[in-house]
Amino acid sequence: MADPTGRDAVAAVWRIESARITGALARWTGDFALAEDLAQEALAEALVTWPRDGVPRHPAGWLLTVGRRRAIDAFRRRRALDERYAALAHQLGEGGAATGGDPAGGHATGGDVLWDPDRVDDDVLALMFVSCHPVLSREAGVALTLRVVGGLTSDEIARAFLVPTATVQARITRAKKTLQASGVPFAVPPAEERRERLGPVLNVLYLIFTEGSSASAGGAVLRLDLASEAQRLARVLSRLIPGEPEVNGLLALLELTAARFPARVGPDGDPVLLERQDRRRWDRSAIRRGRAALSRAARSGRGLGFYGLQAAIAECHAVAPSVEATDWDRIVLLYEALGSLAPSPVVDLNRAVALSMARGPTEALAVVDGLVAEGSLAHSRLLPAVRGELLTRLGRLAEARGELERAAALCGNERERAVLERKLADLDEGAG
Amino acid sequence: MKYMLIMRADDEALATMVNADFDEVMGTVGRYNDEMIRAGVLVAAEGLDSAADGVVVDYSTEPPLVTDGPYGETKELFGGFYILNVASKEEAVEWAKRSPMTGAGFKTEIRRITSIDEFPQDNEWIRKERTWREATGQL
Repeated sequence: MADPTGRDAVAAVWRIESARITGALARWTGDFALAEDLAQEALAEALVTWPRDGVPRHPAGWLLTVGRRRAIDAFRRRRALDERYAALAHQLGEGGAATGGDPAGGHATGGDVLWDPDRVDDDVLALMFVSCHPVLSREAGVALTLRVVGGLTSDEIARAFLVPTATVQARITRAKKTLQASGVPFAVPPAEERRERLGPVLNVLYLIFTEGSSASAGGAVLRLDLASEAQRLARVLSRLIPGEPEVNGLLALLELTAARFPARVGPDGDPVLLERQDRRRWDRSAIRRGRAALSRAARSGRGLGFYGLQAAIAECHAVAPSVEATDWDRIVLLYEALGSLAPSPVVDLNRAVALSMARGPTEALAVVDGLVAEGSLAHSRLLPAVRGELLTRLGRLAEARGELERAAALCGNERERAVLERKLADLDEGAG
Repeated sequence: MKYMLIMRADDEALATMVNADFDEVMGTVGRYNDEMIRAGVLVAAEGLDSAADGVVVDYSTEPPLVTDGPYGETKELFGGFYILNVASKEEAVEWAKRSPMTGAGFKTEIRRITSIDEFPQDNEWIRKERTWREATGQL
């Protein structure tokens, strides 16, 4: 039974409201870093008060009021008798419970409401853009997004990334200082800059998802929560910027990738490779949502981008009844497109795998040998693992063994190494 | 975690709904739905047609008794449901508390949606069900 006054109830309200509260406070104070502090202070007060007095009737309003009161205290403490303080004191002294000024705009009319439903979307969008601002490091962007937009606590973020809480707190503090020092305004970028600035936002969501989806050991459950948080934020973003194909492309990629999660880990906890996955375990509703997002992306007519192309590849797998019945020719083409858009040896390697499925191992081996000659991926287990696989299929078993052994030696993840070792064992059986 | 929010109302509550201004009801319910969509938690939502057009099969007799429309003795009727994907039961509760369908006689029941994974996987009927769900795109 849910305890309505408990800590969990506060956490639930916080998860729903934190972005809008921080956003409204940021718009009102014109200061993102301060707003984040104020929102956290309001949360701390809720954690003390709600379990004692009960959850207020309008939790969001309560948190906002506390945040705003703390803001006034902070301004008073600073004795900052600047324009901002004067403007705020004037407007708030009269004490309309729901009114606030627009100190950033400088033309406050007093009619501006702090909690303006029409501006909530913009506030949340601005939070996303500021949290993922290019002046921040990726780790900082990830931590700030999860905390400010996702409503996760520092503890939760720390647990998800397997780092100490103090590290997360330090990252957030530093990120806020960096934003302040760089004079990053709290605003949705103007239309002409938006597409450019969207890149880091999508990248941060993708990183959060990847971190959550690469879990195969230790704290696995929470990391899946992280992946689903990234999905949720991508859904929010696609709703806030509906016309942007890459946003829908990313959402599609996350949904279609997550659809395979239920089949990715075997009963023994070992990762299950795509060709061995029980496709009946794939999440059909996630596949439907992913395909819908992908067709929205495609409809823009501007072509699929980095995420959209990957989503299209994921879709090929999602709709195929088996590995054999997969449209590998299309996957090869999609990897070619991806490779020309964002050249990378990993993409080439994946294209080689798809080629081997579409046209056999010989052609694929040529691509892989090209990568070896270039010296790409020299320290990755992926290259020898794929090469070993292709050589196995070509019957060059001695060479295959050497490659698979090298891959196992380079593999840092125990579970994955077990898979490679099983392949080696199969090789021995096949040879004997 | 998926939860189902089952919207329930008794006869009197439903009667007040019928008298309410249609646009106003659409507006408040629409805003509520929109809020859940904005928050990225809404997975599905369906409304049910009038219980008067439904049928009840009662098993307390042999053979079972089939009667038309509303649920006989039961006063509370299901009006529709939401399926939310949220982080905790408390979050589902919090969304339910925000429903505009409030007042005497209105209730929301919150139930976690189980997954087929929670059943014994070696059972042949579970395997069959999986095949069916897969084929019909509803797993």
